[in-house]
Amino acid sequence: MLQIQGCEGDFVKKKDLLSIRKLKTYFFTYEGVVKALENVDLDIYPGETFGLIGETGCGKSITALSVMRLIQEPPGKIIDGQILFKGEDLLKKSEEEMQKIRGNEISMIFQEPMTALNPVYTVGDQIVEVLLLHKKFLGLSIRDIPKYNLLKRRKIKKKIYQEAFKEAIEALRLVQISDPEKVAKQYPHELSGGMRQRAMIAMMLACDPSLLIADEPTTALDVTVQAQILELMKELQKRKNTAIWLITHNLGIVAEMCDRVGVMYAGYIVEMGVTEKIFDNPDHPYTRGLMGAIPKITEEKEQLEIIPGTVPNLIYPPPGCRFHPRCKYAIDKCKQSPPPLVEVEKDHFVACHRYEEVKHSVVVKRERKA
Amino acid sequence: MIKSKKLEEFTKKHESKIKDIKHMLYLFRRSLLSMMGLILVLFVLLVAVFAPLLASQHPSFVEVTSERGTKRIEERWSINFDEKLLPPNSNHLFGTDDYGRDIFSMVVYGARTSLKICLLVVIVSTIIGVVLGSIAGYFGGKIDEIIMRVTDIFLSIPGLILALAVASALGRSIEHVMEALIFVWWPPYARIIRGQILSVRENQYVEAARSIGASSWRVLFKHVVPNSFSPLLVQITLDLGAVLLVAAGLSFIGVGATPGTAEWGLMISTGRMHMFHAWWYVTFPGLAIFITVLGFNLLGDGIRDVTDPRLRR
Repeated sequence: MLQIQGCEGDFVKKKDLLSIRKLKTYFFTYEGVVKALENVDLDIYPGETFGLIGETGCGKSITALSVMRLIQEPPGKIIDGQILFKGEDLLKKSEEEMQKIRGNEISMIFQEPMTALNPVYTVGDQIVEVLLLHKKFLGLSIRDIPKYNLLKRRKIKKKIYQEAFKEAIEALRLVQISDPEKVAKQYPHELSGGMRQRAMIAMMLACDPSLLIADEPTTALDVTVQAQILELMKELQKRKNTAIWLITHNLGIVAEMCDRVGVMYAGYIVEMGVTEKIFDNPDHPYTRGLMGAIPKITEEKEQLEIIPGTVPNLIYPPPGCRFHPRCKYAIDKCKQSPPPLVEVEKDHFVACHRYEEVKHSVVVKRERKA
Repeated sequence: MIKSKKLEEFTKKHESKIKDIKHMLYLFRRSLLSMMGLILVLFVLLVAVFAPLLASQHPSFVEVTSERGTKRIEERWSINFDEKLLPPNSNHLFGTDDYGRDIFSMVVYGARTSLKICLLVVIVSTIIGVVLGSIAGYFGGKIDEIIMRVTDIFLSIPGLILALAVASALGRSIEHVMEALIFVWWPPYARIIRGQILSVRENQYVEAARSIGASSWRVLFKHVVPNSFSPLLVQITLDLGAVLLVAAGLSFIGVGATPGTAEWGLMISTGRMHMFHAWWYVTFPGLAIFITVLGFNLLGDGIRDVTDPRLRR
C-alpha cells in the first residue's frame, strides 16, 4: 500500500508522461474563495487513453486548464502542487516556455466545434498558424523573419506560408476530410459540426503532441458523428502514439475508449484505476453511486438509483471528505479529515477512509418511496 | 490566353474570399440607400483626387512665418476684383466670390481639405482608441481600470471648447483643429472596442488560440480585435461625416482654416454676408458639405446592415 501524499519524489515513475501532485487551484471571487481543486493527483502514461469523469462543476476542465496553465488570472490561481510533464514541472515554467509547449507538446480540443474555430480565418490558415508557431519550414521559423530586410521578408514569408499550407492540407487529409484542398480554403461557418471538430483535431494534432486533452470533444455532436470522431481519435492515437486525456461526463464513451479512468468529485480525485475495474467493481461510494445511475438495458428498474443531495458549494465546502454529507457510509472521521488517495491494489487508487468496508458491503438497494 | 489562365488560377486560389466579397456586394446591392451612399462617397473621393483636372483656377502654396515664428505652408488664391460676385455662368460654373475667385474651383479643392481632415482625424483616433480599448478589455484588472478612467477624463473635455482653446493658444490653422479633434475623438472608440472585446474574448476560439501556444499580443490582435471590429466600422463611417461637420463648424466660427483657404465651412462663413445678393456663394459649399455628410451617413448605415447578421433581411 503506497500513499501518494508526502512522497512524490520517489513515487513518480519514470514512465509517466504527466503526473499531477497535490494540485490546488482556487478562484478568488467577490462571494469568496472558490476552492475548485483541492489535492488533485493523477498520472497519465505515454500513449494511453485516460478518462476523467465527474459531475458538472467538479473541476475536470479546471484540472485540464491548470495543466495548460490557461487559468484566467485573476480570478483564478494555482496555489500549490506539481504538474510534472516529461519530468519537468510546468508550474515553474515561464509564460514563453509554456507557449512553446502549448499546441506543440500538449494540445487541447474543445467542446463546441461551432465556436472553437475563429470565424474570420479560413480553416487552412488556422492550421497554418499552429504549424508556423512551432515548426520550421525550409529551415526557417517565423521567428527568424525579422532578421531579413523588408524586401526579402515578404518573399520568405510567402514561401514559408506555402509550405505550411501544404502541410495543413495533409493534416486535414489525415482526419479523413474529403477534398482537403477545398476545405482548407473555407471558413468555419461553411462546415458542418463534425467537419469542424475534425478540423479542430487536425489543428491540434498538426505538431504531433505527446498529450492531447479532449475536453468533452463530442458533447455537442450528434450520436453518429460522435462515434466517427471517437473512432478517428483512436486511429490517430495509434498512428501518432499520442496520449489522450478524455474529459467527459458520458460514461459510455469512457467505457468504450479509455484504458484508465479517474473519477472526480468536488475538486478531489476520489478513485483512479483501470477502466474495467472502476466500472465493474468500484470501491468509492461516489463511484458506486455514479455507476448505479447508469440505466442498463438488461436490468428492469422502475427508478434509477440516485445519489441524494447536491454537489457542495465550493466556497464553503464540507470539512473532511467533501462527499460525506451525501455518503451513506460516512462516519465521524470523514467529517474531520479528508481521506488521502491510497493505492489499494496495483494501479487502483481510492480516496476513502472506509474503502475496505465499502468494498465488502453489498450494494444495498435504497428503499423506494411509494 | 495566358492572361485568362492566370485569372483562372487567381479566382481558384481566392475562391472563398471572392465568394465572401460577392455575398457582401449582393447584400449591399439590395439596399438602395447604402448604394447611394457609396456612390456619393466615391464621387467626392474622385473629385478630391482629380481636383487639378476639374478646377479652372488653382491655388498656389506659399510658406509663411506666423507672428510666433513658426513656419507653415499656406494656400493662396489669385484675386481678381473685376470679376467679383459674378453669378454662375459658363466661365464660372458656381459663380465667383467677393474677391473674384472661382467658387467651383474652391469647392473642388475644398473636398481635398475636408477629406484630409475627416480621414486623418478618424483614422488616428481609431488607432489610439483600438489600441487602448483592446488592451483595457483584454487584459482587464488594473490596466483596464487605469485606461478607462483616463478615457473618462478625456470624454469630459468639451471638443469645441478645446478646439477654440488650442486655436487661440497655438494660432488659427487646420492642423490645430485636427489635433484638438483627435484629442477628443478617440475615447468613444476605446469604449466601443473594449465592450466588444469583453464579449469576444469569452469565445472558445480565443481559448483555442491560447492553447496552441500563441502569445497574448498575437491572440489579442490576430484573433480578438478582427472579431470585434464591425460595430466600430459603422461608428467610423458615421463619424467621418460628423468630423466634417464639426470641422466646418469650427471654420465657420473662425477657429479652423485660415482666411483665403478653400474650406467649405470658411466659405460659408464669409459668404453669409453676401447671402441675399449672391446666393451661390453659400449655396454651393453648403451643398458640398450636405452631399459628403449624407454619403458617409448612408454608407455607415449600409455597412451596419451588411455586417450585422441580425439586421440582415
